[in-house]
Amino acid sequence: MNFLQPGDLDAILLSLKVATAATLVATPVGLAVSWLLVHGRFPGKTLLEGVVNLPLVLPPVVVGYLLLLLFGKNGWIGSLLLGFNIQIIFTLTGAVIASAVVGFPLLVRSIRLGMESVSSDYQHAARTLGAGAWDAFFTITLPLSARAVFAGMTLMFARSLGEFGATIILAGNIPGRTQTIPLAIYDYTSTPGGDRMALSLCLVSIVLSFVVLLISNAAGKSMEQR
Amino acid sequence: MELECRVEKRLGSFSFQADFQAQGAKLGIFGPSGSGKSTLMLLLAGLLRPDSGRIGLGDTVLYDSAASINLPPEKRRIGVVFQHSRLFPHLSVRKNLLYGYKRTPKEKRCIEPDEIIRVLALEHLLERGVNLLSGGERQRAALGRTVLSCPRLILMDEPLTGLDENLKLQIIPYLNEVSAAFGLPLLFISHSLLEMRLMTEQVLLVEAGRVKGLTSTEMLAQKLWGSGRQGYTNVLRLGKPHEQDGLYEYDWGGTRLRLTEGADENENVFELDARDVLLFKQHPQATSARNLLSCRVAELSPSGNRVLVNLHCGESLLRVQIVPESVRELELAPGREVVAAIKASSFRRVL
Repeated sequence: MNFLQPGDLDAILLSLKVATAATLVATPVGLAVSWLLVHGRFPGKTLLEGVVNLPLVLPPVVVGYLLLLLFGKNGWIGSLLLGFNIQIIFTLTGAVIASAVVGFPLLVRSIRLGMESVSSDYQHAARTLGAGAWDAFFTITLPLSARAVFAGMTLMFARSLGEFGATIILAGNIPGRTQTIPLAIYDYTSTPGGDRMALSLCLVSIVLSFVVLLISNAAGKSMEQR
Repeated sequence: MELECRVEKRLGSFSFQADFQAQGAKLGIFGPSGSGKSTLMLLLAGLLRPDSGRIGLGDTVLYDSAASINLPPEKRRIGVVFQHSRLFPHLSVRKNLLYGYKRTPKEKRCIEPDEIIRVLALEHLLERGVNLLSGGERQRAALGRTVLSCPRLILMDEPLTGLDENLKLQIIPYLNEVSAAFGLPLLFISHSLLEMRLMTEQVLLVEAGRVKGLTSTEMLAQKLWGSGRQGYTNVLRLGKPHEQDGLYEYDWGGTRLRLTEGADENENVFELDARDVLLFKQHPQATSARNLLSCRVAELSPSGNRVLVNLHCGESLLRVQIVPESVRELELAPGREVVAAIKASSFRRVL
């Protein structure tokens, strides 16, 4: 008897794909939003802050349902995308979006803390040395908050690996297409006699999370030494 | 440098106003802490936007509220050496030095990195991280970084604050040398009178958010003495000494001075407290003081129970603080000859 079922490998790969894509897509947006929250002065800042943090406190199922309303065939964005023949629900893209939205607050929190700890004195110094605002951001602020950005990305990646509630509503639970590790485990536990298979996937999940933590620690240390 | 500045800025309950024009290679900005010196620096550098007014440097308009001109800091080419160096902590000394240089268009670069690295004695530090530098090394690197961006004007915001007394005095020759060697105009911000006197001859006075106007550093020193806030210190620029009988003999504008302290440089700056000089009507027969200088009284400026006597010693000026009673006993008046006695150990070397 094999340790993993043939379909499990698909689920693992899908999970990694979704988590990677969600993290990569969310990071630039997260940087921009964090910057706005740290340096921006505009009306509605508190509102933006609230909206960004909402997925952290809402049940993921609620987030998933709201996303479904938004991206569904009759939703604002869904109907718009349908015109370009793009479907979000019950696709891998849907799973990525669900993970991205749910993990976003964790990413922003971390990046924001990092950016707040970078004194704007350094940016000012860079500006007087001839660097424009963007130049100063990319050569000073970003490298100086790199650790926090990376920590946020790791956190988000780990959160995406475990995303369940929002994903099952927006992307469904289609083996080989949108079924990630947590969804597969859910399937096994609701099937009679699936306990052992669920357990093997749980082990995989634990190992993956552990590896992410190790990488994060090692990277954090190497950045500290510089 | 031809600087023209007429601005207003409100920051909470603090209001800042300036209206002045200044020329010259070196200008000081002097005022107590919290008077608005740093605000002026930020306004000039473009890091703070005035509420209204106009700032011009040479023929460039940096800011003009009427014409809606506000050049961003990176377009102003005004370098700033900040209070706490602000070296970028994630870059090596070399990369810090070259940060501004790389962003300066080739045709506007006026200094080669190797040259400034040599002048500031940074050769052995280039590959180091900036967190491993001492306070003085950090300030030197920050100065080099600013100079390499080839600014049209360098603002120095209390660049010596936070350095210990010895280090401060080590940095000043570097500042002067860089300014002179590369022909860069300097605006030196400080609340220390001694630093001011060592760095500049002209000073803008800032008090309680207002720029009070331009004065000479010497006048400022006398004014501060008059207000009773500080004693008066003579700053003497002496030549290279030669040793004689265990003391060092210096030339001071034609007059010979004998000091206990030696020096190797060609120009050495000493300070002498105005209270450490004794005046005699006639040449005393014998005294422990090693310097007996024949002087002529130029001017007496009384302030309360103190009198500052300006004396001509050969070509040089010496200021001595005494009390009104002594003035009467010595019958001091302009033109009168007196003998000033100064102990060899009263001089303190500053540079």
